[in-house]
Amino acid sequence: MTIEEVQNEIIEEFSMFDEWMDKYEYLIELGRDLPQIDPKFKTNEYLINGCQSKVWLNAELKEDKIYFSADSDAIITKGIVALLIRVMNGRTPKEIMNADLFFIDKIGLTDNLSPTRSNGLLAMVKQMKMYGMAFNAKLNS
Amino acid sequence: MINLEKIKKDFPVLNQKVNGKEYVYLDNGATTQKPIQVIDAVADFYKNTNSNIHRGVHHLSNLSTKIYEDARAKVQKFINAEKESEIIFTKGTTDSINLVAFSFGEKYVSQGDEIIVSAMEHHSNLVPWQMLCERKKARLRILPFDKKGELELDKLADLINKKTKLIAVTHVSNSLGTVNPVKEIIKTAHEKNVPVLIDGAQSIQHQKIDVQDLDCDFFVFSGHKIYAETGIGVLYGKEKFLNEMPPYQGGGDMVDHVTLKKTTFLDAPFKFEAGTVNYVGAYSLGLAIDYVNAVGIENIAKHEQDLLQYATEKLLQIEGLTIYGNAKHKTATISFLLKNIHHYDTGMILDKMGIAVRTGSHCTQTVMDFFEISGTVRASFAFYNTFADVDRLAEGILKVKQMFE
Repeated sequence: MTIEEVQNEIIEEFSMFDEWMDKYEYLIELGRDLPQIDPKFKTNEYLINGCQSKVWLNAELKEDKIYFSADSDAIITKGIVALLIRVMNGRTPKEIMNADLFFIDKIGLTDNLSPTRSNGLLAMVKQMKMYGMAFNAKLNS
Repeated sequence: MINLEKIKKDFPVLNQKVNGKEYVYLDNGATTQKPIQVIDAVADFYKNTNSNIHRGVHHLSNLSTKIYEDARAKVQKFINAEKESEIIFTKGTTDSINLVAFSFGEKYVSQGDEIIVSAMEHHSNLVPWQMLCERKKARLRILPFDKKGELELDKLADLINKKTKLIAVTHVSNSLGTVNPVKEIIKTAHEKNVPVLIDGAQSIQHQKIDVQDLDCDFFVFSGHKIYAETGIGVLYGKEKFLNEMPPYQGGGDMVDHVTLKKTTFLDAPFKFEAGTVNYVGAYSLGLAIDYVNAVGIENIAKHEQDLLQYATEKLLQIEGLTIYGNAKHKTATISFLLKNIHHYDTGMILDKMGIAVRTGSHCTQTVMDFFEISGTVRASFAFYNTFADVDRLAEGILKVKQMFE
């Protein structure tokens, strides 16, 4: 599936929830199910700055594709990270650099995007794209 | 007694629905809402009166000037300062503290000198002193607090020595709600001839302030925390210091005589009010003080203490809830955490239920470090809050627990 297709799939999943609570309960579930990050990446080096909740993000390149792993100390944040990873995992650096992430707005989580919320969703997206740029430069060198 | 029904109607922001629920605003420590009396009068001022102050010969400028200076007189009376000239209008608490850190620092602080702050200061009463100490190669000494959130006062006398130039301490902790025994601190400091600055950002709206009774040398607060507009604050300073301290910023309206070679300055308060001041903000502060006086600060204090007691009892019944800050004397501020639930998660769900709280470190990272936590959920009450608001908070917390457990 393309980045666009995965996002559409997520939007469809969220469209089934009428109540805010169901939506957040789903996010909590996704947060709980997010695969554990290797503890060696839970250091300040991998910490994304500017978040009210802590987010650690690592990326690795395997056969020209990027794979992310992440963790957060807040479950809702972790749920949002899980969604981002689902959209962005296994993509080429170029795809990640150019990704247009429209699903966040469509599933009604725009609140979490505003910089004042400082939950770091914007910072997370930015960091993912930075990894994309870095690996792209590496591939071209 | 407080007529809550009438009061709540005076605050338009409170009378709305957020996320489909009646709004419960419990983030008063961050900023307070404004009564319609303040909002309308400010709008009327722009419609009918607006003109720059201290300048024009014309009618409206004179009227504007009078309104601004009347506001100064209201503040003077409200905190019982001896003289109007001891009231300086600033942008807010942070601005007031930076002014003192610069101007007092220039005059009185040299290499090797010491400043004392407490370990529970808001960053705004910590960082300006760190910057001053760096600039002057002076040393910052810290008065610690204990697990209950009370200052370890017995350690104060030992911290003061011949090099101590100033003690800057908060009246009320913004993250713990502790009301510090500032009168005692001032007495101890004055016995050793050390002046004291009191950060009143979290006390001015909750209790009667009498700067002469406290005998503090500086007292600072923000208008927006006491139902006035943002962008206006107050620095009270004893005349003997204000006269000696050099200006903080240069500009118009603060000068006596200007030539290209040398400028002489006006006396306080004007020498500290460079440029066009926030005269509308000052006006709004005067109006907010009128409102508070009409309700009665003692009535406000009583109702808020009742809320504190009710909320503390109610919240402590919730299993797994820990309150940070259990001092004997507190304002109606409750910082808490639910076991194994991140403060951010708690705040997000409460928001969805129309309950506004603050989460995070509350600009007091040193306090969070002391308790070895990354932050708390803070419910901070004002006199317009009701017991029903407390019930809604408790219900909300139970819902959070249910969702995350």
